[in-house]
Amino acid sequence: MASRIYVPKDATALSLGADEVAAAVAAAGTGRTLVRNGSRGMFWLEPLVEVDTPAGRVGYGPVTTASVAGVLAAIAKDGAHPLCIGLVEEHPYLKSQQRLTFARVGIVDPTSVADYLAHGGYAGLEQALAVAPADIVKTITDSGLRGRGGAAFPTGIKWKTVHDQDAPQKYVTCNADEGDSGTFADRMLMEGDPFTLIEGMTIAAVAVGATQGYIYCRVEYPEAIAALRTALAAAHTAGYLGASVCGSGKRFELDVRVAAGAYICGEETSMLESLEGKRGEVRVRPPLPAIKGLFGCPTIVNNVISLASVPVILAKGAEHYRNFGVGRSMGTLPLQLAGNLRHGGLVERAFGVTLRELLYDYGGGSVSGRPLKAVQVGGPLGAYVPVKHFDTPIDYEAFAAVGALVGHGGIVAFDDSADMAKLARYAFEFCAIESCGKCTPCRIGSTRGANVIDGMLACDHPDEQRQRLDELCETMLHGSLCGLGGMTPFPVQSALKHFPEEFAPRRPH
Amino acid sequence: MLRPLARGAADGARAAFVEQGDSHVSSAEAHEQAAVESAIGRFGQQPGPLLVVLHAIQDALGYIPPAGIARIAAALSLSRAEVHGVVTFYHYFRLHPPGRHIVQVCRAEACQARGGAALEAHAKARLGVDFHQTTADGATTLEAVYCLGNCATGPAVRIDGRLHSAVTPARFDRLLADQESN
Repeated sequence: MASRIYVPKDATALSLGADEVAAAVAAAGTGRTLVRNGSRGMFWLEPLVEVDTPAGRVGYGPVTTASVAGVLAAIAKDGAHPLCIGLVEEHPYLKSQQRLTFARVGIVDPTSVADYLAHGGYAGLEQALAVAPADIVKTITDSGLRGRGGAAFPTGIKWKTVHDQDAPQKYVTCNADEGDSGTFADRMLMEGDPFTLIEGMTIAAVAVGATQGYIYCRVEYPEAIAALRTALAAAHTAGYLGASVCGSGKRFELDVRVAAGAYICGEETSMLESLEGKRGEVRVRPPLPAIKGLFGCPTIVNNVISLASVPVILAKGAEHYRNFGVGRSMGTLPLQLAGNLRHGGLVERAFGVTLRELLYDYGGGSVSGRPLKAVQVGGPLGAYVPVKHFDTPIDYEAFAAVGALVGHGGIVAFDDSADMAKLARYAFEFCAIESCGKCTPCRIGSTRGANVIDGMLACDHPDEQRQRLDELCETMLHGSLCGLGGMTPFPVQSALKHFPEEFAPRRPH
Repeated sequence: MLRPLARGAADGARAAFVEQGDSHVSSAEAHEQAAVESAIGRFGQQPGPLLVVLHAIQDALGYIPPAGIARIAAALSLSRAEVHGVVTFYHYFRLHPPGRHIVQVCRAEACQARGGAALEAHAKARLGVDFHQTTADGATTLEAVYCLGNCATGPAVRIDGRLHSAVTPARFDRLLADQESN
């Protein structure tokens, strides 16, 4: 096989000029095969150009159209260049990670089944087809995998419920409506290693007896949608999807459905409504989607990362996966370092790594050079965590103990210029924009909350406003139909608790 | 109680829509009708097809023509209110043609942590419009988006489908100038 040169096609790499670099590489005629891989998740180095060498893959980054000729000349000679980072796998940012779900992201060609197979792909499905469906479910239960979308519900229990239903039609749906700010793990995986998601969903379908699956992907992710469609067609052609998956006689069809910019559709029942072609209004539970889900049929609804963690669990066993992690948080979590950090990117580690390690050892501290002041973990409904809690380990229970949540593992860092009262107000504003309108605490409470914070800051009876805000948060927490209204108080209350002085009345400028 | 329209009623609505197009209609309207019919023809038979059909129409036209809503409703056995309700529920769908260029600015927290609020203010001032408005010359529509998944290298902006990182106000002006000269 001809030696290869890699230029990522990941959306962040593209936003930093990867297509232009790839075009320059192609035009230069290097004699190597050009592969458009996903990103390794070291975004400050993107576009990161890699080449095969006898010692392994060597990287150069960030490469621009101005520097690409020099880099190619160096590669043709002895490889030495100021942008050279050496062997990519030896980079400290990657070497210390524990990549299970992201094992192939940034490495493989995301369009090629052959490349996927060459890197251990479809070993999980092979195992799944060799055992009884109930044993697949048991393996997932035993692995300790909990929903990576944010709710952390045990995946195996969900699957067992669907498995136990006696129904002519069942569905597997993937929630790829990754709308949380500061999260991009789903996107990176779909763009960089879509076959892993497809394999995970196929295993789920075999386990519960589903014949149709849907990936509900954000419209804001056109690059991911394109990558999925290419991979789905390739998987179909190779016999991994369709009337008889791998000749097993089991049918599984899988399609991408494109969302339409409603954050609420990341809520599972709202996503099902949207898949049915309706307004994404939240359903009242029960019945659970596992019993009456899509079109009234038993349905698995799992996040991208949950499903993409399934192949490695099947391939290497429940024991292997659960041996990573701490307490009841087992396995690994792909963490996303975002916001004001020097070295933002993707870090997959076993549960138990601390925020401080992530922010400083990996993240390199703030990009602005100012001290960090707080991080928001778990998206716009996650709490603001102050510096004094930076030693908290990434662990569902440890985070709950300090009033925060791990969620989808997105970590947004803010330096000391952040205005916590404005961020709290923004939480309400966002909830107002994205509320589906079905329940009153969310629909009205969100707008009212923004007004009350305005009143506090404008010195309009601040003590009364504060009391009103507390009552409003309590009402939203306990009275909302779903997590949008029910969790919007988390960022607000955490900002109030840890940064009360910032809510003091302000003089008009 | 909503009842599915009988086939005859659906065909009637289609006939009315087409007839309107045949008599004294601009080519723009004919273009709209063709996009609506094509989307229905290609995707109308899928399970729960409405969003798929709407996407196909907006992909073709850049918006959902209000005149096509009755036809979509009839073809999918829905009421016009249901179709209108879906179109207006989702932020992505538009009922008006956008400008020649679409500029999406991320307002979410990770971009705010890297100067997003200043960029947002600059973008509005530079274009002289608020979010979800189009400049008077019809050149540019400004839209707010809540996360483009580009959260480590913000502030993030998508212009005509192309994603950009680290967009300072000065860089925003350069990107816009490049776009306008195209």
